[in-house]
Amino acid sequence: MTEKVAVVGAGFTSLRAMSPDMSFREMVFDAAVRAYEDAGITPRDIDSVVALGEDFREGTCISDEYVPDQLGAVQKPVQTVSGDGLQGLGVAAMLLNTGACEIVVLEGHSKASNIRHPAHVEAMALDPGFVRPHGWHPVFVAGLEMRRFLHESGNTAAQAARVVAKNRRNALRNPIAAYPAKVSFEQVLESRPLAEPLRELDCAAPADGAFVFVIARESAFKRLRGQPVFLDGISWISDTCNLFTRGWGEASYTRQAAERAYAMAGVSSPSRDLNFAEVDDSFAYKELQHIEALGLAPKGQGGTMLEQGAFDAGGKLPVNVSGGSLGCGHLHDASSLRGLLEAVLQLRGHAGERQVANARRGLVCSWRSIPTATGAVAVLSRR
Amino acid sequence: MISELRGTSLREEDIGSGNVLTTEWRPKLDFAFDPGVAIGQFLQGLKEGKLLGRRCHQCGRTMIPPRMFCELCFRRNDEWVELKDTGRVNTFSVSYVNWDASRREKPQVPAVIEIDGASPGMGILHLLSEVGESVKEVMARVKVGTAVQAVWKPAAQREGSITDILYFRPLS
Repeated sequence: MTEKVAVVGAGFTSLRAMSPDMSFREMVFDAAVRAYEDAGITPRDIDSVVALGEDFREGTCISDEYVPDQLGAVQKPVQTVSGDGLQGLGVAAMLLNTGACEIVVLEGHSKASNIRHPAHVEAMALDPGFVRPHGWHPVFVAGLEMRRFLHESGNTAAQAARVVAKNRRNALRNPIAAYPAKVSFEQVLESRPLAEPLRELDCAAPADGAFVFVIARESAFKRLRGQPVFLDGISWISDTCNLFTRGWGEASYTRQAAERAYAMAGVSSPSRDLNFAEVDDSFAYKELQHIEALGLAPKGQGGTMLEQGAFDAGGKLPVNVSGGSLGCGHLHDASSLRGLLEAVLQLRGHAGERQVANARRGLVCSWRSIPTATGAVAVLSRR
Repeated sequence: MISELRGTSLREEDIGSGNVLTTEWRPKLDFAFDPGVAIGQFLQGLKEGKLLGRRCHQCGRTMIPPRMFCELCFRRNDEWVELKDTGRVNTFSVSYVNWDASRREKPQVPAVIEIDGASPGMGILHLLSEVGESVKEVMARVKVGTAVQAVWKPAAQREGSITDILYFRPLS
């Protein structure tokens, strides 16, 4: 990157299974007020806004029209990214690097509880000619992927179940988490099969919430209050979406995005150079698959390292110390902003009782959930 | 012109009869919409036959429909105010098109109505009625700036919806 870019403000709401008492605008406003206070800015300082929005999930068409008011961005340039939170972060970084903007706001939210038939929305992402006519609940995609991943890597369903136990336990120390719990891996394995080998407790439950970040170029730091967390590298990749021709075993999008992000950030040995990772765990096996694609474990060793405690809160490389999506709730495309928030808190030393000791550099890894093969990786650090 | 084009045009019955194969999917795209504090109170007000707005003490604006924050001052605004159910027409259209794009014999007249007591430019979208049944008649009765008043549903039939107001009609 030409000039250093950093997160200088973060605002968020609690994550909840339902939020009937607040409109999405009121949620986003609350998050924005906190983020601007954190950064020490007023809306007048904002040069541009990047908002995440997928019309099928918002329940409104051209949902980007609904972006400005609650962000104080009336009469400002706004762009909506129909993509994952880290893709939005990448767009914000590019806007800053054009030189046209010094301060950009990134917003993402979830009102998942308002989607009455979530499987039908997911089904709209499946190929209308070859896949949808079968009429299956879309979760079968995760079942197919989990089977092939376990087959190719040698990891086990029991090891994936331990991801659930770890992350929901971690969420007990995260005050914004929607689904903290003490769950044993046996309970996960005994939960009802959805698309076997995938079971009910393997899946992150949806939640509502909102995040707003203030992102700035180094040249703007002198007029800001917020403690900067630097974006050292970011990349995102889309593999083929075709269910009949994709490689099911490996998260190739993560491997390639990580290679690029590591190169930008100067990370040569991720397991040595990183102090924590917030990794997509929409389904428990995805955490193991992503850990291996990120190079945080040798291929086929993710599950064993997990069992040995390497990725525990107090382990060598804590993964999803926040509780992840399994513990905090799945926020659709805003899920990785929950990961970004955790990275900011950890690198500022503001993570409370789940603070990772000496956290200097960490990563966030996202996936756009089924049926996609799209994901992003961002490396962040403190000075 | 079209008769000069070569080839066979695709007809509705070709698809219906299966001569041309298609794929069909009927999604269940039902969404709830959490109204939150501002819209929730506004809808409750409608049920009680009141138009409620919010006032911002910093810029002094009174906003309808209400929101809990002022989008210009970017601050939590300050108080609820009950507004009159009268106002002035900001803009209107004489619409002859139905939902399915078929023609209407008698037009509908959607309008933006600036509510009395709210700040200039603040209003709600509703229907004008009792204004005639042709463009000519409507234009004779309605102008930009015409004073109008709400005609409400009977209290027992109100359900907390914008349609608790049946329509607006000219005051004079």
